[in-house]
Amino acid sequence: MSEDKQQVSRRQFLNYTLTGVGGFMAAGILAPMLRMAIDPVLKPSKSGEFVNVGLAVEDITTTPQRIDWKVDQVDGWYESKVGRAAWVYKDENGDIIALSPICKHLGCVVSWEGSEQFPNQFYCPCHDGRYTKDGVNVPNTPPTAPLDTYQQKVENGMLYLGKAVPRKGA
Amino acid sequence: MLQKIYDWIDERIDITPIWRDIADHEVPEHVNPAHHFSAFVYCFGGLTFFVVVIQILSGMFLTMYYVPDIENAWKSVYYLQTEVAHGQIVRGMHHWGASVVIVMLLLHTLRVFFQGAYKKPRELNWMVGVLIFFVMLGLGFTGYLLPWDNKAYFATQVGLEIADQVPLIGPELKTLLAGDPEIVGAQTLTRFFAIHVFFLPGALFALLAVHFILIRRQGISGPL
Repeated sequence: MSEDKQQVSRRQFLNYTLTGVGGFMAAGILAPMLRMAIDPVLKPSKSGEFVNVGLAVEDITTTPQRIDWKVDQVDGWYESKVGRAAWVYKDENGDIIALSPICKHLGCVVSWEGSEQFPNQFYCPCHDGRYTKDGVNVPNTPPTAPLDTYQQKVENGMLYLGKAVPRKGA
Repeated sequence: MLQKIYDWIDERIDITPIWRDIADHEVPEHVNPAHHFSAFVYCFGGLTFFVVVIQILSGMFLTMYYVPDIENAWKSVYYLQTEVAHGQIVRGMHHWGASVVIVMLLLHTLRVFFQGAYKKPRELNWMVGVLIFFVMLGLGFTGYLLPWDNKAYFATQVGLEIADQVPLIGPELKTLLAGDPEIVGAQTLTRFFAIHVFFLPGALFALLAVHFILIRRQGISGPL
């Protein structure tokens, strides 16, 4: 055997082959398991379905009113109805505004004029967070962003709400 | 890079001798299929272990979706089978692997038996092997119930009736397994789950460790 034919020794060749075959087998075994484990991340996000919240458009006033409704939630193999809430009113242009009541500070529930000290504002009782009527957080109170707004549409004079979408901070 | 990390660790805690003890050892010619093809019979033990590793891995991943509860067990398995990407494959691996383990284990046992490899000084390792066999049967029995479908339920019913026939302690043994003297239900399922994923694998790891340490100490039995 000449020198230049010995670029890969027998031992090296066997090492490479065994590592390759072993790696291929390990990958074949692990790939389905890992794909299964990361499946929740790769599932397409469900687009918000609009739900009739049981409020006629003509009943919406310029004063925010709290409405509660249920949505069907599918959590893997477990299906249930979960509650949703919104503060709904018409602004001066007559547009419907539906605000999420979840405080942007630490997730408590805000209410319209929830404190007698602060009329015409949304108030969070946990840390005195406040928002103006359009849902924008009052500076120098704990919240750092405006209240989320629900996607909405009107059908047959009834209000349908979808997902609560965050807005850019004020 | 890898070499540097290895050196850094090796310099401090001297792992090379440990690594040598585990991986670096002679394979006698008579057990090497490259020399005598018939030596493939010596592979069954290793193949059993290989499938056991697959069972452990696939089982770990399956518990990400499975719930040991009579309301949700079947639903969670159905969800895993139909909605989760590759869930069918991973459960398939666990399902078929369970049978393959038993087949490999039997072939390994037959090889050891017909070659007389269990004889002195290896009687202890034979006994440990028999215990491993029982643990494997236990794993198969308890795992069979977990999907909580009709086949699982009635197979367990039969298994518990068998336990009931044991002399003297039969009824107590059955209650101990089922968690209730009469019902095969919620408590049976949680018990079987705990046995399947914690107690028996724990016992299996301990027995496998002894099995492997013994074979390394005593070496593979000589040629026929």
